[in-house]
Amino acid sequence: MPDHEPPHLAFDTNAPDAIAAIGAWQVQALARADVLPAIELCFEQLADPSGIRWDLTGISALDHIGAQVLWNGWGSVRPSDLHLAPAHDQIFARLEAADASAVPEIEPGSRFTMALLRYQTGMLLDHFRSAIGLIGQLVLDIGRFARRPLEGPWKELSANIYHAGFQALGITALVGFLIGVVLSYLSAQQLHTFGGDIYLVNILGMSIIRELGPLLAAILVAGRSGSSMTAQLGVMRVTEELDAMLVMGMPHGFRLIMPKVLALAIAMPLLVIWTDAMALIGGMSAALLELNLSPSYFLQELPDAVPLANYWIGLGKGVVFGSLIALVACHFGLRIKANTESLGQGTTTSVVTAITVVILADAVFAIVFAGVGF
Amino acid sequence: MQAAQTPHWAIEICDLRSQFGDFLVHEDLQLAIASGEIVSLVGGSGSGKTTLLRQILGLEKPAAGTVKVFGQDINSTDSEQLKLLRNRWGMLFQQGALFSAMTAFDNVAQPMRELRTLPEQLIRSAALLKLQMVGIDAAQATKMPADLSGGMIKRVALARALALEPELLFLDEPTAGLDPSLSDSFVELIAALHREMRLTVVMVTHDLDTIFALSTKIAVLADRHVIAYGTPHEVLKNDHPFIKEFFLGLRGKRALAGLEQ
Repeated sequence: MPDHEPPHLAFDTNAPDAIAAIGAWQVQALARADVLPAIELCFEQLADPSGIRWDLTGISALDHIGAQVLWNGWGSVRPSDLHLAPAHDQIFARLEAADASAVPEIEPGSRFTMALLRYQTGMLLDHFRSAIGLIGQLVLDIGRFARRPLEGPWKELSANIYHAGFQALGITALVGFLIGVVLSYLSAQQLHTFGGDIYLVNILGMSIIRELGPLLAAILVAGRSGSSMTAQLGVMRVTEELDAMLVMGMPHGFRLIMPKVLALAIAMPLLVIWTDAMALIGGMSAALLELNLSPSYFLQELPDAVPLANYWIGLGKGVVFGSLIALVACHFGLRIKANTESLGQGTTTSVVTAITVVILADAVFAIVFAGVGF
Repeated sequence: MQAAQTPHWAIEICDLRSQFGDFLVHEDLQLAIASGEIVSLVGGSGSGKTTLLRQILGLEKPAAGTVKVFGQDINSTDSEQLKLLRNRWGMLFQQGALFSAMTAFDNVAQPMRELRTLPEQLIRSAALLKLQMVGIDAAQATKMPADLSGGMIKRVALARALALEPELLFLDEPTAGLDPSLSDSFVELIAALHREMRLTVVMVTHDLDTIFALSTKIAVLADRHVIAYGTPHEVLKNDHPFIKEFFLGLRGKRALAGLEQ
């Protein structure tokens, strides 16, 4: 673009009721700093902008935004005494034809109103309804799967177990090991002051197998697989794949949701065992360094310190947590609307809700099994 | 008078080569587009039309060769120049590519807001004018893209592409997915904008009616080159088998009959 003269308004000192617009009235030139404020200042000095003589023949280039600046300055009326190049006339004709009154209002920011409260209560009820619907559909689908296992979505199931289970082995091992080390160091120092070194086995065994192993695995899986499940369903909504599946007679529940829930229900207990083992190994190595407690003693004492019931509770937690994570992920995934913002929000809400639900379920487990396994 | 001098090039592509892995898409591709033309880029599927468009826009880097837009090599200019350059062109994506989290109106206003110097009042009236130019009224302007029909999404996307009064407009399949009457009005709209805003238009399309109704020049991509570039009549005289098949098949004859009338 050749560098035109910047757009400006020029007063003629000999004729005070005449004004000339000069330069390139194009958006790129107008967008430069100080150009528009100077023009607006000129307009403010005019008592009756549309009543005086306007000479636009000095304009070298005009586009719609440039014309709009003049038009807004004139108060959205065409000046009676307007001189301009014929080529520019149609731009103003278009502006004149445009319905200026229809400019959409800027929406006010959200405030607390009764309507908002009603809307949010409705949303909450809607969540409950669709969550119950989802669980009901899942039960029906599992029933169908149990009746005709050969027609089941085995491929989806194994793919989900691989993604949510096998591929999570690395991260659960690392986190489990480190938490084991931390727990062991902290307890060892306290126990040492009381001379109760050998009770480290009880503390580590009980807390890891009954509580920390399942919870750690669940939180990691919720972050890892829960988010990816929600995002996957959300993108399938955006790209209309969900609709395509329905049209081809592939029900979402049987082909998408049940495999995910079953896969996590199978993979999670396995991950719990794996995380338990890694955390215990971490605890054992720290115990060896800190208290000089040999791993063979540790392993010998473990069965006595932790009754078998605790393993079953841990495994049961794994199954429940896994199913809950998958259900929450699918619930939020299916509610995502076909836009990017909803996708991001849905994924965040899904992970936060999944972790909250897992901790809630953990509390229920603690209350229900209060007298078991000690 | 001006046309008699050397034309002012909007786009110059020189010795362009692009490949995906071992697959060679373009080789020694040359193309120069003068300002003010409406150029249709045609070719079979997989001939690299969209790739070429993306390379002109700087979204992809060619393996070799240079792409100049308004005389600037887009792969070697500094970011400041590139930013100015990007305000001088507009692109209509095939699916519209509207920002799904914003209303239609905000989508059109966004490029103007991005300049950071225009007052909000001006932006609002200018964005609304652009929407009215493409036939979207104010009631629909506040809708989200997900609530708009395919034709309206295209129109809003065109309004967004035109927001900063570009000198160069790229269209990727502008009429694909529109019904015939809508597609005719879209063609009419682009022709009117071309007259009014003195645009240079580069479009990728398969629609013969659109090609003959709009283009002042046609560039045919085949065998990894531009095998023909000229006015529709010049291109039709070419004997290349692809051109024969593309323009002189049944559909082509129908479209041509329309052109002769």
